[in-house]
Amino acid sequence: MAVRLFAKSLTSRAPRTARLFSTTVGQGEFPGGQTVPYVNKIHVLDPKDNEIIPAYRVMDQQGKIVPGASLPEGIDEELTVEMYKHMIRLNSMDNVFYDAQRQGRISFYMTAFGEEGTLFGSAAAIKPRDMVFAQYREAGVLMWRGFTLDQFANQLFSNEGDLGKGRQMPVHYGSRELNYQTVSSPLATQLPQAAGAAYGFKLAKEDRIAICYFGEGAASEGDFHAALNIAATRECPVLYFARNNGYAISTPVKDQFRGDGIASRGAGYGIPVIRVDGNDIFAVYEVTKKAREMILSEGRPVLIETMSYRQGHHSTSDDSTRYREVSEIKHWKDTNCPMNRLKLFMMDKGWWTEERDIALKDIERTNVLTALTKAEARGIPELHTMFEDVYAEKTPNLIEQEQEMLQHIAKYPEHYEGGH
Amino acid sequence: MHRSFTKEIVKQVALTRGNATSASLVTERMNMFTALNDAMRVAMETDPTAVVFGEDVAFGGVFRCTVDLKEKFGEDRVFNSPLCEQGIAGFAIGYASIGRTAIAEIQFADYIFPAFDQIVNEAAKFRYRSGNQFDCGKLTFRTPYGAVGHGAHYHSQSPEAYFAHTPGLKVVMPRNPTQAKGLLLASIRDPNPVVFFEPKALYRASVSEVPVGDFTIPLGQADIMRTGSDITLVGWGAQMRVLEDACDMAEEAGVSCELIDLQTITPWDVDTVEQSVRKTGRLIISHEAPRTGGFASEIASTIQERCFLNLEAPIQRVCGYDTPFPLAYEKLYLPDALKNFEAIKHAVNY
Repeated sequence: MAVRLFAKSLTSRAPRTARLFSTTVGQGEFPGGQTVPYVNKIHVLDPKDNEIIPAYRVMDQQGKIVPGASLPEGIDEELTVEMYKHMIRLNSMDNVFYDAQRQGRISFYMTAFGEEGTLFGSAAAIKPRDMVFAQYREAGVLMWRGFTLDQFANQLFSNEGDLGKGRQMPVHYGSRELNYQTVSSPLATQLPQAAGAAYGFKLAKEDRIAICYFGEGAASEGDFHAALNIAATRECPVLYFARNNGYAISTPVKDQFRGDGIASRGAGYGIPVIRVDGNDIFAVYEVTKKAREMILSEGRPVLIETMSYRQGHHSTSDDSTRYREVSEIKHWKDTNCPMNRLKLFMMDKGWWTEERDIALKDIERTNVLTALTKAEARGIPELHTMFEDVYAEKTPNLIEQEQEMLQHIAKYPEHYEGGH
Repeated sequence: MHRSFTKEIVKQVALTRGNATSASLVTERMNMFTALNDAMRVAMETDPTAVVFGEDVAFGGVFRCTVDLKEKFGEDRVFNSPLCEQGIAGFAIGYASIGRTAIAEIQFADYIFPAFDQIVNEAAKFRYRSGNQFDCGKLTFRTPYGAVGHGAHYHSQSPEAYFAHTPGLKVVMPRNPTQAKGLLLASIRDPNPVVFFEPKALYRASVSEVPVGDFTIPLGQADIMRTGSDITLVGWGAQMRVLEDACDMAEEAGVSCELIDLQTITPWDVDTVEQSVRKTGRLIISHEAPRTGGFASEIASTIQERCFLNLEAPIQRVCGYDTPFPLAYEKLYLPDALKNFEAIKHAVNY
């Protein structure tokens, strides 16, 4: 962007072996590339000729391990059941709070229907110390780390128990204790931030990565480009985790990009890429684990693209049947749902039964309803908190404005009762 | 230079007394870029987490502000970023979000706009939106601003008012090498994100004796450079030189001017300006940036609210015109000493 008034200092890079073309006629040394072979025929590199980057899967849509694959190391009955239980919990939370918004009890909500596999598969594969930078559809990751239903509900009701002090819209969760940076609405802003945090971990020589989630729509933002490029040049221990669910609100991917998804972009930045079946929790777990190991052993970022489907509406402010067929949604729910796939696998293994399933769904629904009722009954944060945390200290103009507000409310108390 | 060095040094040390970590009477002759370089050196020596980065900072920076820092502190701590301002800003925020000190450079203030979203929506709101669970307070953006004689549209801008409209940010602008060093060290250590605008016209032109070692000048406090009784003039950054000349012209004409360097644009020192205007009854605010929506508007309206009964004349804003910054007509565009002198005469004869 900036106009270059001064010549750049040229840094030499280790030359990479150039692929030899049949028409190669020697090679050139340019500061702008590695050793570049010359050819005497025009060579057009057309992405149409490229192979589609394949998606890794361990288990098929009927919950059977695919030929040649096996259960990832570290996956046993206990962990599998635990992941499934979390899926049920997140699903129950999404159902209850989606309805609560429809009833006008909370102002906004976003579900994660269909993406539970990507969330718990990745969350289980990273370490609790790894710093999460989320977009907004990753509540499952926070849930896996121990964020309680009460904590979720407090945020959704922006009550006095909300760690964010009731300042942000619902689903903008965050927890310092759980290394989950607070969500903000502007898309993709967290991507270069994750690189910066990861760089800090690297300088501190901590055995720790940043993991940064984002949707395929957010990947069109300039911050995606900014982030992957600086993460590569500074060799940051960061895992970029794209959730490609087919839609950014109403926009299908054909209007979002024309390349091979998000994964194909990694190579251009010099970043290794893995594409994975996002509805296969085992595959997501395994590739996330592998990516984390690569990041720390090779000292560079990795990009994962999970292929999935957004089963729910974009948010409670959206009716997705206005831009996609109901039959399409039904197809994904019926034939390729991450929860069903895992359930079929577990039943096959004898790790789960229909009875346990019904009982657990019942318990989780009750737990969520209890959390909702408790959170709804609590008041909003105290008035004075409105002027706090703008700065580390309260500035003179904020002190003055707070006094103004208090005098005003003292005059017209009945007019300002309740919250939003 | 209107004052002797001795007077300048005594004044500076007085200013830093009580705030300095090791205030010293020993001074060294520095220009603004060497003073800024010295501040970053001190910051990095006293804080092992501090990093300096941006476009072309590794070889010393296009204005020489980061010269030798890579050699002293290593390429992990002083490094070039790719040419991408939103990336620089986002990276800095993330680095600061885990409690480490980020000193990021934007090559010209004119090119800070690609980072506007990161600075305004992210850095400024980081602490508030998380309920103080996360912050990026250990973050400073340094960027050269202002007229330079031939910078035209994109090497001359003064964008401080855009940032002053954003709660959560501090905006700081120094006028000379001593102020630059003390204010930059204070900005780097302030627990809030700071945008620090450096008057590029003064990088080499402004030379003074600067206290050696570690000292800070507090943020949020204006500096009364001259006391007077007839009129108050307020400005910041490179404009203080212009205002000093205007004051000299006015004093020759028998008008006693009080000259105030705001130093911190947000949060600004209302009390100092208010007390001055209560005494003088007249106020002129002058900045290079265009008049409409410029920070002078904020000062004028605040002082009008607070000093209504003391004002003897309308508050005047002597600013850049509401045009993009022109090349051929730079001299005419700028709110120079003569334009300020005219405003002073208008005020006292009102």
